[in-house]
Amino acid sequence: MKRTEREKEFSHRVISRRGLLLGGLQLGVAGTLLWKLRDMQLNQAEQFHLLAEENRINLRLLPPVRGLIYDRNGVLLAGNEQNYRVVMKRDDAGDIDLVLARLARLIGLSDEDIERARRDMLRNRPFVPVTVAERLSWDEISSVAANAPALPGVTPEMGLSRYYPLYKDTAHVVGYVGPVSERDLEALEAPDPVLMIPRFQIGKSGVERMQDDVLRGRAGSQRVEVNAVGRVMRELDRVEGTPGGNLHLTIDAKLQNYALERLHGQSAAAVVIDVPTGDILALASGPSFDPNLFVRGISSPDFSALLDNDHRPLVNKTVQGLYPPGSTFKMVTALAALEDAATDGRETVFCPGHMDVAGNRFHCWRRGGHGRVGMVAALSQSCDVYFYEMAQRCGIDKINAMSARLGLGIRYDLPITSVSAGLNPTRDWKRRNRNAEWLIGDTVNASIGQGFVLATPLQLAVMTARLASNKAVLPRLLRDPLERAEREVASLDLRPEWLRLIRRGMFETVNDQRGTAYSSRVVSEGQVMAGKTGTSQVFSITRAEREAGIRRQEDLPWNRRNHALFVDYAPADDPRVAVAIVVEHGMGGSSAAAPIGRDITLAALNGGTVPPLSAYPAPQRNRIRAEQIELEERLRPPEALRVSRA
Amino acid sequence: MSYLEYNTRRMPAGLAKVLYVNWPLVALLILVASYGVVMLYSVAGGNLHPWAEPQLKRFAFGLVIMFVVAFVPLWLWRSISGLAYAVSVLLLLGVEFFGSVGMGAKRWLELGPLRLQPSELAKVTTIMALAAFYDWLDLKKTSRILWVVLATLIALVPTLLVLRQPDLGTAMLILLGGGVVIFASGVHWGYFAALIATGAGLVTAVLQSRGTEWQILKDYQYRRIDAFLDPTLDPLGAGYHINQSMIALGSGGWSGRGFMEGTQARLNFLPEKHTDFIFTTLAEEFGFVGASSLLILYMMVMGVCLLSALRSTSRFGALLIVGVTGTFFLYFAVNMAMVMGLAPVVGVPLPLVSYGGSAMIVLMVGFGLVQSAHIHRARLPS
Repeated sequence: MKRTEREKEFSHRVISRRGLLLGGLQLGVAGTLLWKLRDMQLNQAEQFHLLAEENRINLRLLPPVRGLIYDRNGVLLAGNEQNYRVVMKRDDAGDIDLVLARLARLIGLSDEDIERARRDMLRNRPFVPVTVAERLSWDEISSVAANAPALPGVTPEMGLSRYYPLYKDTAHVVGYVGPVSERDLEALEAPDPVLMIPRFQIGKSGVERMQDDVLRGRAGSQRVEVNAVGRVMRELDRVEGTPGGNLHLTIDAKLQNYALERLHGQSAAAVVIDVPTGDILALASGPSFDPNLFVRGISSPDFSALLDNDHRPLVNKTVQGLYPPGSTFKMVTALAALEDAATDGRETVFCPGHMDVAGNRFHCWRRGGHGRVGMVAALSQSCDVYFYEMAQRCGIDKINAMSARLGLGIRYDLPITSVSAGLNPTRDWKRRNRNAEWLIGDTVNASIGQGFVLATPLQLAVMTARLASNKAVLPRLLRDPLERAEREVASLDLRPEWLRLIRRGMFETVNDQRGTAYSSRVVSEGQVMAGKTGTSQVFSITRAEREAGIRRQEDLPWNRRNHALFVDYAPADDPRVAVAIVVEHGMGGSSAAAPIGRDITLAALNGGTVPPLSAYPAPQRNRIRAEQIELEERLRPPEALRVSRA
Repeated sequence: MSYLEYNTRRMPAGLAKVLYVNWPLVALLILVASYGVVMLYSVAGGNLHPWAEPQLKRFAFGLVIMFVVAFVPLWLWRSISGLAYAVSVLLLLGVEFFGSVGMGAKRWLELGPLRLQPSELAKVTTIMALAAFYDWLDLKKTSRILWVVLATLIALVPTLLVLRQPDLGTAMLILLGGGVVIFASGVHWGYFAALIATGAGLVTAVLQSRGTEWQILKDYQYRRIDAFLDPTLDPLGAGYHINQSMIALGSGGWSGRGFMEGTQARLNFLPEKHTDFIFTTLAEEFGFVGASSLLILYMMVMGVCLLSALRSTSRFGALLIVGVTGTFFLYFAVNMAMVMGLAPVVGVPLPLVSYGGSAMIVLMVGFGLVQSAHIHRARLPS
């Protein structure tokens, strides 16, 4: 349309006005955008930068190699084994059922394994590798690798897992590891993040548990760049972790093996202590179990079998088992009486076979009585009445004090689980725990290690070592490899003349014809031992049972029979080792425990090997040889106990 | 401006037109497009493929188109405006019935080997039609209700057709582009006040209709609205794009992580990193310096075009320039607001920078019209 100049002018003015207005509006919007940009990029940049890093960078922990555990000579007790496993990623596999089925045909997976792997894969994000099978043989892993094209998403991998080359030998000492549980994490104040790594293993019992912080090491870390779906694009940096520290135990693997096999078939405990240092050379609790089962994840039938066994393989009887020490406690009573000057030790006491105290009759184990006995004979023949008399003279307080001085009723600080303090019953203890006053009958019972008194085999071995050395020997399980000099052990300050009496009594126990352990004497020069037997009552034979014709222990069911105990040290003139044996329900200390004590003592003196026949009295040698042959078959061959550390 | 008005004495003709081209505008457009090529090279991991090289070729082609359009006399454009508009509406109807579905939306029309996106075409033709309409209309009738309704219908028809595809972003651009022309033509204020009030009512209606049988928008569009209102609600779902975009953008800081060092885009945290979210990559790698310089460049394009419009004595030409640049402004303003979390995620590319064919060619055609208006503006008597 043809416009006049005025109209054109008007149109131009309108468009200019509105155009400028629009321009201003647009400038305003652009200014807002610029302001927002500045706010985000300059004021909040740091915050967004952090968010971006979190987005992009993924910190992964590299599990440290767990420290090794050696025996005193460098024999490996706990090591790390290469473990071939197969992992699988869902997003690479495509049809996971098909791939799993092929894999199952190749390496023999159970339906359970397949189901678990399937579940793990579906639960995790698709790029997370899931372990399908572990502990594969070289052949199996090679066949997986060879068939890789048919197995998309499947990768053979190598990892380390704990293994115990000596199997059951040190199960109770070294313990075992297992996957970290919620409970483990709760128990720790500030759990190391490495524990969160799936399938990371933590010490569950024994040294493995108590020294876990040493053995665990420090995790390394790897920073990787991931993309939006979490797939690793590249490694940014890597800090290698520190492997866990190695530990050296005082245990002698060879002796430990011998001791455990010598206990074979019994529910028993044997402790061997190096007298000058307190080093625990052997800490055997029979029957034992294979800790490797726990590392792999024990099957429930295996676990029930261990739990249901009436010989309680899972219990470490050496430090956890509480037994009335019986006659092995008599040295304590004797020393208490000597210290109290209640007797000079040469004075004799008449034993008619029983003693009446406060209206109760207390029997001597020999019904006919021992006649007149001094302290030495009372110890060697284990006369009960003599100690009933001495205990009444010196009183329970003195016995408590001597007991503590000899290391009973004390919880030793050892790096193993469930170390018990035993029980050194005092008047105060009875008041607090039994809500009753201490009676004279309690003192009489305590004098022969019955009644309330409870001790662990380790405590009995420490007591024996203290008697043998007159030093405050403390047991020790960890060896400091840097420690060259022998430890200085404080003196116990028992008068030599008292100890001469006690040691004479223990010597005659084994080496005098009338001694209770005479049949377990050692005849080879320089290895003669001194000891003390003990038989502690678990249940007394009831009147009803007596009337039913049960008079002898053999007639009782196994779990009601008496415990058999034996403590000894050798060589008698220069004690090097102290030994304590407890055979649960072994019936008699002299018959069941003393022979084991003798064999283990001899083995300890002979570097853990089967003792030479010449150490045994000639008439016993044929029988002992037969026993040794049977035992040798069970012993671990020397190559299994080779020193692996330089 | 009709042919009769076309005063050959006062208009450049032939090769002389080259001298009258708005060269500052050409330089600015090349600068803006080079930002795009550089960023596409970066997001491809330092590769000309698959984006940078085609983009470069396309821009070169776009420049040629721009000059061709520029040298065509403006009166010719004015006279075919109505026809172009009619064709693009027909093509939009064609999409409605014969279009192929891509990304959950029908946007393409396949004519043999040619894939056409009529909604892009409609952006320019709507502006052309409205500019021509107001050029034709008696100035006194500009604010009469009948004619305002007619102008509104011209803008609304393609808008509704695009909205049905559904393509919220383009529909909005067409509507607002048309609105800018109507506004610039001098229509009375009252209509715009009424429009804003209606718009507010419509938004309320859209939000209120949700979940009912007469729900206006698609579910995914509602979810985008939700994500916009609070992106933290669902950082892995609907709000993911905005969240990731804001993280990448904010982490750029003053000078950015450096060329090709943008981690978020390269590691695929950013969706659509080469198209709608390319500004984020720019902001991440070149920081505030890079991002604000692009914004300033865009505003310079606006300024140069506005000057050209102010100096144009042709009503059609001036309205055309205001309309095209208004659409251009909406492109980058909405896109930037979107990646900064100020606007919902609607598929609006960053003009001349984002990877994409149709949008760039159509924009270059638009700038060709701007150039044509500039070249063929009536010389003011000196």
